[in-house]
Amino acid sequence: MSEVKEREPWFSPKNIKLLTEPIDSKNPVTVLVLGICSALAVTVKLKPAIVMAISVTVVTAFSNLIISLIRNSIPNRIRIIVQLVVIAALVILVDQILKAYVYDVSKQLSVFVGLIITNCIIMGRLEAFALGNKPWPSFLDGIGNGLGYGLILVIVAFFRELLGSGTLFGYRVIPVEWYIKNGGFYENNGMMILPPMALITVGIIIWIQRSRNRKLIEE
Amino acid sequence: MNLLDKIKSMDRNSNTYTIIYSSTMVILVAMLLAIASTALKPAQTKNIETEKKIDILRSIGKADGIEQASNKHAFVSENFNKYIPEQVVVNSKGDTITGLVAFNIDMKVEISKPIEQRNLPVYKAKLDDGSVKYIIPLRGRGLWGPIWGYIALNDDLNTIYGATFGHQGETPGLGAEISTTEFQQQFKGKSIFQGDSILAFTSVKVVKGGATPNDPHGVDAVSGGTITSKGLESMLFDCLSAYQNYFVKVKNNISHE
Repeated sequence: MSEVKEREPWFSPKNIKLLTEPIDSKNPVTVLVLGICSALAVTVKLKPAIVMAISVTVVTAFSNLIISLIRNSIPNRIRIIVQLVVIAALVILVDQILKAYVYDVSKQLSVFVGLIITNCIIMGRLEAFALGNKPWPSFLDGIGNGLGYGLILVIVAFFRELLGSGTLFGYRVIPVEWYIKNGGFYENNGMMILPPMALITVGIIIWIQRSRNRKLIEE
Repeated sequence: MNLLDKIKSMDRNSNTYTIIYSSTMVILVAMLLAIASTALKPAQTKNIETEKKIDILRSIGKADGIEQASNKHAFVSENFNKYIPEQVVVNSKGDTITGLVAFNIDMKVEISKPIEQRNLPVYKAKLDDGSVKYIIPLRGRGLWGPIWGYIALNDDLNTIYGATFGHQGETPGLGAEISTTEFQQQFKGKSIFQGDSILAFTSVKVVKGGATPNDPHGVDAVSGGTITSKGLESMLFDCLSAYQNYFVKVKNNISHE
């Protein structure tokens, strides 16, 4: 065995796996069941869901990176607080930048940006991955988990907006003439815009995913 | 051995190390955030100011073309100065208060005062056809946070010419629907007084289950957004009722001329 450690390529199969696994077989929402609260709150419309997905991806990736960089210096007893400070600082920074440069988007998200701090996925990844791994894999792991979370958010928001409001991205999909009040036969499903239906939609996604991938079913 | 090496060689689990570590971290983060906040403040203030101008312009339907403008801030300022030539501040007796600029008045502060002590801003808009509209700012509470808006009245100070509403954190798809054009369009042509009498103030009601099409004082509530709708209704009543005396005075002046 040679003493010279060979440098791992940036996108080695192992690193690619960090990026792709959270999207399907290790999905933070449907498999690990984290981040459910915000999945209920921001999925009534597609647009906020997508912006939320991007913001969470950015925060997870960079908090993973930072924590991984300083992982050897963090005193074990206060590691949770250190993680919290890093996440909170990043979230405030994201919020301030959004407010200054993309004011419209920041208005759309309003309180939800602040709520990124409480997203369990971020801290979950810091504890489970970033504290024990090198910066680059941690960064990829953050992006992967952000995307996995985002994917579910977008799927749920797609169905909730379509069935609940008859629109997608705010554009009308179901013709106005179809509605009962205009003499048609159709009515929006009011249940879809309420949080319980988000939970049921997530449940259906979990069901489909598990029937496709038997390995996910617990003994 | 310098200080940094000393710290590096310390026991990671000792109290001293923990305290040094946490204080350094907190100071660094605080500095970073303070710098970011100071650096971004001017851009943020500008955004908020432009946003307010857009809202005011939107209530008289003059907010089109803003997204296409190359310099949004300049475009909005220009239109604002063009359409809103006059701003006044009045009190609940209807007298003009001098020395205050309507645009700088913080409605958040004003609505927490009793009506008699409020400084009430009025924006007078002059449209291309020469007609005068009176724009009244509104502010109230929704379900999760503040809601606000601007309502433009024709010069009879009764018929609504246009309305726009905003909110901080109402639920998307539910309460947040108050900021859609569909909801705001309903206010056009509604009247805030009973009949022609300037004394019978009724405001506009938000009716659950849908207002009858010819109801002059009712609009449809947002389905699933009952508390936001109720908040909007009381915001309209609360803010507009403070202007009653002013409306009477302006109307008398117009009829005397």
